[in-house]
Amino acid sequence: MTTKHDNEIVATDDAQHEELTAAAVTIGRRGLLRAAALGSLGVGVLGALTETLAAASEPATTTPSGPVKQWCMIIDLRLCNGCKLCTTACQTAHYLHEDQTWMNVYTMQNAAGENYFMPRPCQMCEDPACVPVCPVGANFRTPEGLTLVDQSKCIGTRICMNACPYDARYFNWSDPVPAPRQPFKQEPEWPVPQVKGTVGKCIECAAMLPTGQLPECVTHCPMGVIYFGDLTSDAAVNGMGNTVKISTYLAENDAVVFKEEYGTHPRVYYIPGHGQDLNNNPSAS
Amino acid sequence: MTDVIIPNVGRDQAAPQNADLRAAAMRPVLETPRWWWPSIAVLTVIVLGGIAAWVYQVANGLGTAGYSDGAFWAIYEANLVTFIGVSYGGAVVSAILRLTHAGWRAPLTRIAEATALVTLPIGMVFIIPHLGDPSRIWELVWPPYWNLTSPILWDFFAVSTYLLATIVFFYLPLVPDAAIALERFEDEAPSTRVKVRKSLYRVLVGRFGGTPYERRRLNGAIGLIAIMIIPMAVSVHSVLSFAFASSSRAGYMETILPVYFVVAALYSGVALVVLTVAASRNLFHLEAFVTPRHFVRLGFLMIAFGAAYLYLTFTEYLIDGYSGTAGASAWVYQIVAGRYAIPFWIYFVAGGIAPLFIMMFRRFRTTSGVVVASFLVVAALWIKRLVIVIPPATEPLVNSPLAKGGVLAGNWGTYHFTWVPISITIAATAAIPLLLLVVFRFVPILSMAEMEELAEGHEELDSQEVGA
Repeated sequence: MTTKHDNEIVATDDAQHEELTAAAVTIGRRGLLRAAALGSLGVGVLGALTETLAAASEPATTTPSGPVKQWCMIIDLRLCNGCKLCTTACQTAHYLHEDQTWMNVYTMQNAAGENYFMPRPCQMCEDPACVPVCPVGANFRTPEGLTLVDQSKCIGTRICMNACPYDARYFNWSDPVPAPRQPFKQEPEWPVPQVKGTVGKCIECAAMLPTGQLPECVTHCPMGVIYFGDLTSDAAVNGMGNTVKISTYLAENDAVVFKEEYGTHPRVYYIPGHGQDLNNNPSAS
Repeated sequence: MTDVIIPNVGRDQAAPQNADLRAAAMRPVLETPRWWWPSIAVLTVIVLGGIAAWVYQVANGLGTAGYSDGAFWAIYEANLVTFIGVSYGGAVVSAILRLTHAGWRAPLTRIAEATALVTLPIGMVFIIPHLGDPSRIWELVWPPYWNLTSPILWDFFAVSTYLLATIVFFYLPLVPDAAIALERFEDEAPSTRVKVRKSLYRVLVGRFGGTPYERRRLNGAIGLIAIMIIPMAVSVHSVLSFAFASSSRAGYMETILPVYFVVAALYSGVALVVLTVAASRNLFHLEAFVTPRHFVRLGFLMIAFGAAYLYLTFTEYLIDGYSGTAGASAWVYQIVAGRYAIPFWIYFVAGGIAPLFIMMFRRFRTTSGVVVASFLVVAALWIKRLVIVIPPATEPLVNSPLAKGGVLAGNWGTYHFTWVPISITIAATAAIPLLLLVVFRFVPILSMAEMEELAEGHEELDSQEVGA
């Protein structure tokens, strides 16, 4: 017990240290834009106000119940057989149309020309491209590191669909699938039913997480491909109950993030196993 | 009365008199031609049809307009760019030619400014069908919702500012004309029509009395706004491109895009001015003031921008296509030889080569030749805007086109035109002549004071005032 407890504390410190270092060395897209916008406006009062608001919305490092969870996903591409049960489970749970594949399984080709499968949820970027572009601020990032859409704000400009490098956003082009009464009210953490004329995307089942439940795609994967975990406690678990220590597991299996060159710092890690280049072309344009 | 000489105009014609000028300028206000009411009726029905299509879209979702996750931006965004783009014609003909002391502009300024005045709001209206949930459009004007890092919000600010400037730029030269028109109406029998116009002109004139001092100050103000509106228009069309360009998507993420948008706006704007000037000339009998030489000069102005646009197109596609990178090369391939080849080559022939060809040869360089060229430019530039907007929005980002198997691979999305956006587009196009007919029902179609002043040689005086 004591050892585990010690480990937890050490891991927490490491994670926080990494967070701080990353924040210090990276001039994020948001930071750059905010600085540029304020600089061009030259409005000191507004700047101070925005900074105060930004400071208020920065993730708190602890809550009364302990350190804030930092959700992440690990997708082991060696195991995926392309059955797409994750996609259908997600669509069933969130009452989505068939083409709203929040958890999409792409058929890709490896260097040898063989097919492999790549599940693509929202990458839950630490520096998301979709958040700063929204004119009405309908996209936001929670303290737990989830990027969510407030469908009661979204006016449907779709510029976030333009910004996302992962094609992870899906618009409601028609009336949503009717949903029965839900255990949670319609909110960014559980946007069910969807709202016509707004954007929806993978939420990593945000409303279910505090109750200890795993996201639908994780529990429904028969191959145990998808691990869901918390960077703060450095532990992740898949649908079959296998628990891994995130830092070790990522390092030992040469995990990568998708389109690293975009600087979005995703919190979805892929473990390649078939010589995939994960389509990481150094320059997309 | 002294003889009036319109500088550089109609060498082959007798110079029109002041009285002729005022009669011609006021004719659309005073007389109702037989075609007027039927035209208004037909155009109104077309516009109402577009509104009905929009209501259908609101009830059934944007999917009815042919959109999908594989084509999230398409015709409405292209229309927004097109209609706001053509409004630049007014600024060019009126402001740029004023600043360069091109005296021949004078008979065209009012028509050009009115064209800008009506096309800009029509372009802005396309924000409404573009939005998924137009009922929440108020969030764009309600500061607590503003996210200042959003290019769409920059667009909104830039276009709103430009609209204000366009209104002022239309209004200021109108002040002395409204005074002349008010004078003209003093003798008319007091019918409702006359009363409405007289009270309108009184509001427009304000306390302007037409003294030399007031006229100098007014010309100074017009000169100032003429200078201001040019960088403002450049910024509007640039900022409009930021909504596309500030992303990581191949085809949108182009540093050339702002320049491209400005030049396209100049090009199509001048073309639309040619069309509205030609239509006004025929419908309201302005042949004595608007001469074939005007069309040829506008035609030359137009193809200068056209050649620049062709050059930018060539540069962009060559460099991106040559790069061999996943997104850019595949995108260029789809445009020049793939699924978007037909619309692109339609632009290239009709909007790129044909206008140059028409203006190149003296035998085609006639009034009708320039009008045909301008029509081709306006239509082809709309198609070109579709080619700018749609391909990157249909680009697959995960199954990257160059992944394996060359540029043909990848699941590109498709935009399918449906009757809804086509009806709305036709309605917006019909709204241009409709609004222009209404505007010229109230406002003199020629800039009378400006033309008379130019004829009296006051132009030099203005420039000193502006320079000082």
